[in-house]
Amino acid sequence: MSNPLHRKMPKRLAIAAIALLPFSTSALAAEKTLTVYTYESFISEWGPGAKVAEAFEQTCECKVDYVGVADGVELLTRLKLEGENSKADIVLGLDTNLVAEAKATGYFAPHGLDTATLKVPGGFSDDSFVPYDYGHFAVVYDTEALKDPPESLEELVEGDPNQKIVIEDPRTSTPGLGLLLWVKSVYGDRAGEAWAKLKDRVLTVTPGWSEAYGLFTKGEAPMVFSYTTSPAYHMVAENTDRYQAAAFAEGHYIQIEVAGVTKNTKEPELARQFLAFMTGPEFQSIIPTTNWMMPVGETKEPLPAAFDKLVKPEKTFLMSPQEVAANRKAWIDEWLAAMSTN
Amino acid sequence: MIARENRLTIAAGGFSLGGILLFVGLAAAAMLAQGGGDGLFDAYLWRVTRFTLLQASLSTGLSILFAIPVARALARQATFPGRVWMLRLMALPLGVPALVAALGLIEVWGRQGDLNRLLAATGLAEPISIYGLFGILLAHVFFNMPLAARLMLAGLERIPAEYWRTSANLGMGSLAIFRFIEWPAIRGLLPGIAGLVFMLCATSFTLVLTLGGGPAASTIEVAIYQALRFDFDPPRAIALAGLQIVLTGTLLLMLKFVAPPPEEGETSGKAVQRFDGRSRLSRLADRIWLVLALFFVGMPFVAIVTSGMQADLSRLVRESAFHQALATSALVALPSAMISVTIAALMIRTQRLLLAPMIPARRRHRMPARLFAGAIGASTSLVLLAPPVVLGAGWFLLLRPFGDVARFAPFVVIAINALMALPFVHRVLAPAMASHAARTERLAASLGIGGFHRLRWIDWPPLRKPLFMALSFALALSLGDLGAIALFGSQDLATLPWLLYSRMGSYRTADAAGLALILGTICLILTILGTAGEQRSPEGPRT
Amino acid sequence: MSSVAVTLEGVKVRFENMVLTFDCTVEAGEIVSVAGASGSGKTTLFNVIAGFEAPERGVVRVFGEEMAGRPPAERPVSMIFQENNLFAHLDVATNVGFGISPSLRLRSADRKRIDEALERVGLAGFGRRLPPTLSGGERQRVALARALVRHRPLLLLDEPFAALDPGMRAEMRELLADLHREEDNTILVITHHPEDLSKLSDSVLFLDKGHIVAHDSLDRFLKRRDIAAINRFLGNE
Repeated sequence: MSNPLHRKMPKRLAIAAIALLPFSTSALAAEKTLTVYTYESFISEWGPGAKVAEAFEQTCECKVDYVGVADGVELLTRLKLEGENSKADIVLGLDTNLVAEAKATGYFAPHGLDTATLKVPGGFSDDSFVPYDYGHFAVVYDTEALKDPPESLEELVEGDPNQKIVIEDPRTSTPGLGLLLWVKSVYGDRAGEAWAKLKDRVLTVTPGWSEAYGLFTKGEAPMVFSYTTSPAYHMVAENTDRYQAAAFAEGHYIQIEVAGVTKNTKEPELARQFLAFMTGPEFQSIIPTTNWMMPVGETKEPLPAAFDKLVKPEKTFLMSPQEVAANRKAWIDEWLAAMSTN
Repeated sequence: MIARENRLTIAAGGFSLGGILLFVGLAAAAMLAQGGGDGLFDAYLWRVTRFTLLQASLSTGLSILFAIPVARALARQATFPGRVWMLRLMALPLGVPALVAALGLIEVWGRQGDLNRLLAATGLAEPISIYGLFGILLAHVFFNMPLAARLMLAGLERIPAEYWRTSANLGMGSLAIFRFIEWPAIRGLLPGIAGLVFMLCATSFTLVLTLGGGPAASTIEVAIYQALRFDFDPPRAIALAGLQIVLTGTLLLMLKFVAPPPEEGETSGKAVQRFDGRSRLSRLADRIWLVLALFFVGMPFVAIVTSGMQADLSRLVRESAFHQALATSALVALPSAMISVTIAALMIRTQRLLLAPMIPARRRHRMPARLFAGAIGASTSLVLLAPPVVLGAGWFLLLRPFGDVARFAPFVVIAINALMALPFVHRVLAPAMASHAARTERLAASLGIGGFHRLRWIDWPPLRKPLFMALSFALALSLGDLGAIALFGSQDLATLPWLLYSRMGSYRTADAAGLALILGTICLILTILGTAGEQRSPEGPRT
Repeated sequence: MSSVAVTLEGVKVRFENMVLTFDCTVEAGEIVSVAGASGSGKTTLFNVIAGFEAPERGVVRVFGEEMAGRPPAERPVSMIFQENNLFAHLDVATNVGFGISPSLRLRSADRKRIDEALERVGLAGFGRRLPPTLSGGERQRVALARALVRHRPLLLLDEPFAALDPGMRAEMRELLADLHREEDNTILVITHHPEDLSKLSDSVLFLDKGHIVAHDSLDRFLKRRDIAAINRFLGNE
């Protein structure tokens, strides 16, 4: 990397090269192309994207094109920004909390599939969106720093304020919103008080999951708000049992990831075919160790042993998308008020 | 011939200004056309605004207070070994993404950081907590003190050489030298420096949230992001951005009145040699400040290097994803840096031509010319306050009738990055171009040297260095930037910071640390290129 | 006070591409012109005397005292340059005031001395003006006023008139000569002009390629024909 920046490259050439960049992937497309909008980690090298595309392309004689944006929320923003002109056929990666707003845009068409056989805790079903995986939110802790982790949300709230936790901001991130809804599900009208107590245990509130998890793995706090599946990554990819999720007695709030077909798709048949494929064993088998989420359908082989060791919540919390959409602002205000007092 | 050339330059400067205003204005208009945006001024916004102003003022004040002795020590101790590396180190913080810097700072100042471990070893239990206002200030001083110190140092080095001889001959003490020579020079630069630092701190986002300890520490920028993300309320985002610009703009204007610009002194163009700062006490004081600054700025980078070395670097640099990200970063950063430098140079020249003493006073003092020049000055700095996400979103909305927006994304990102680098480029170029013009413009005009010949023989040789420095500045900024990419980002436009965030978001913390190290190294290389030949030339014999 | 103002013995200054050596003795109370082509080492000679340049070896004595290791301000020397003698952002009175107190602690008696000095250089009432509003000649006279209040027995002037027009030069020469008579100080002045030299100085130091090649009384110097550099300087072909 002695001189990676081609300092002498003429400006015009550079601009021309950039102009060509976006074409490079689609220029050689087959006659039918399915464009899937998703979040970036889905299509990263270790994500499920490439394997999914390869498997689907064998069944459809088509080509799968991905457009990846930062995360699920950004996906919806991107769609709103692009409006009717979006080239998306499939939008994959919204979660249930975004479904109401996504439907309100009017950009999605009914999928017409029977989703009754899918195993989703909390029992989500919708005529526009099909679930493809789920994960429960959980407090993940460092076994080397914390010997007696909280065993319920209440213990987390009431516990020793010197044992810190890093959480995410509900104004800017999906897990942050998840924790907000979890506390609301458990505490109801007393959520404000719960937050006021939890506040002293909160080391800091980060804008997104990455920052929080980064602080946690640096050892800044013994706990972080994440997913029950997080330990699976450390066990499978890093061979360590050090990080574990705490099972909470009240139950866990769930995040269900869904996909839908856009109204303006030029390939409605192919798109529906993809949604059906998505709930099948081929796709579902790829998900667990690439997306680190739980499958909603049959997998070809049993899940890796690490998944058996994961926390399996007995009770699942899930609010309807409509309820979330209607109350999100008020609940965030409540959270702000409780967390901002000194 | 020269008159025509001047008119052309002014026209080009006008186009640049118009382009910037259009670029920002159109984005705002497109966002406002979206509808929504009710109940803007609530208690929440009031609180957020108050905190924005509080933390930005404190951060600015501290950065400047720390920068003054550091800049002075660097100016006085002109020959110590490693000075040039110290200067390069001071240019690094701007080039690293906020998250990387935050994690580096935490390795030093965090609960498990070096400092607390050191203090714990002496028996104190967790004496320092970085989370809260302290952490925000710490991070902002880390980013901005070196910037302020570098800008002040440049100002100190422009002081005419005779001043130092005269003061030495008169026997002025170090206090008197500071009061009567150094401080007036620094004071003249303060409104500009403070304004720049204030803007950077006011619009800070990741640092404020990550280190702030809770939502009580939220800036207007957080509210803007919030408005664009979950709420998708573009007019609210615009209103908030407007509030940010008006508030900070007012403050900057006040700053300008409080500290008037200094009289332009005559300069000889000779290399500067100072005679003060040789007493044992001043040398000791300077050494203490320099060591403090070295540790303060350097330690987080040591942390970044140490965690980066733990990554599998050889695998990382062979990955095709890395190659693509590197190429994309280069293809975005290079044009945006060049555009930024070109626009800045044109606008500075235009501003000077408009107010030049060669133009008859009757016309020079006419309102339009003064307004035009003022608008150029304001636009080159206030543009920092227009949040990249807002600009990006606006252009997305604007361009969508013309087909697939992703196709335009690279150009919009390049334009936004160019705009965001403008204030820095302007600050590097403006003083150099002003003193160059003061030295040469009459002579060049009297000799009738114009056009290409003036560029080639008069302007290029002395301005080459500041131009390269500005370019390297802009490149580093653009390389480390995620702001504009965050919205447009797709796998086609995955830059290095994007790749870094994506690895972090997929548990690949070690990879992310490795990428941070690589990003830092590239910035260092750019800085070395930009500051090449910055060592003082030794004083030759003079008659 | 010794009757010798400056003694340089075996002074050697080395630059990358040049070695300069100085040996000379300047009598107290004289006005000495220092001349020589560009690059002959005139400013370096001044820098050595004023303490801006430490010689590699050799001895510098001013009024009999060894100067080695003495900072510029503690030498009995005042210096005036061709330009930038005044701090442009400070007014004239303040600039002169530095000659009395480098930290500008001035009593009312000092203010009077400043006004008197300005009056003596013909700038009465200029105290509140800023240097950029003055002409080049006026600025140099302010620098002279500062040297006056500073009262050092040795005054070094590095091309003080170079930026002035002929009329102004003559005025400045007269002023300098007047002040010299009143102060009874020793003055070394670098000049390129044979006219300055002949109208002002008692003797002439002539440098060539880093060495002092001649040190004569004015009359003798003007009659010299044996050194090519001096012939070139005087215009004798």
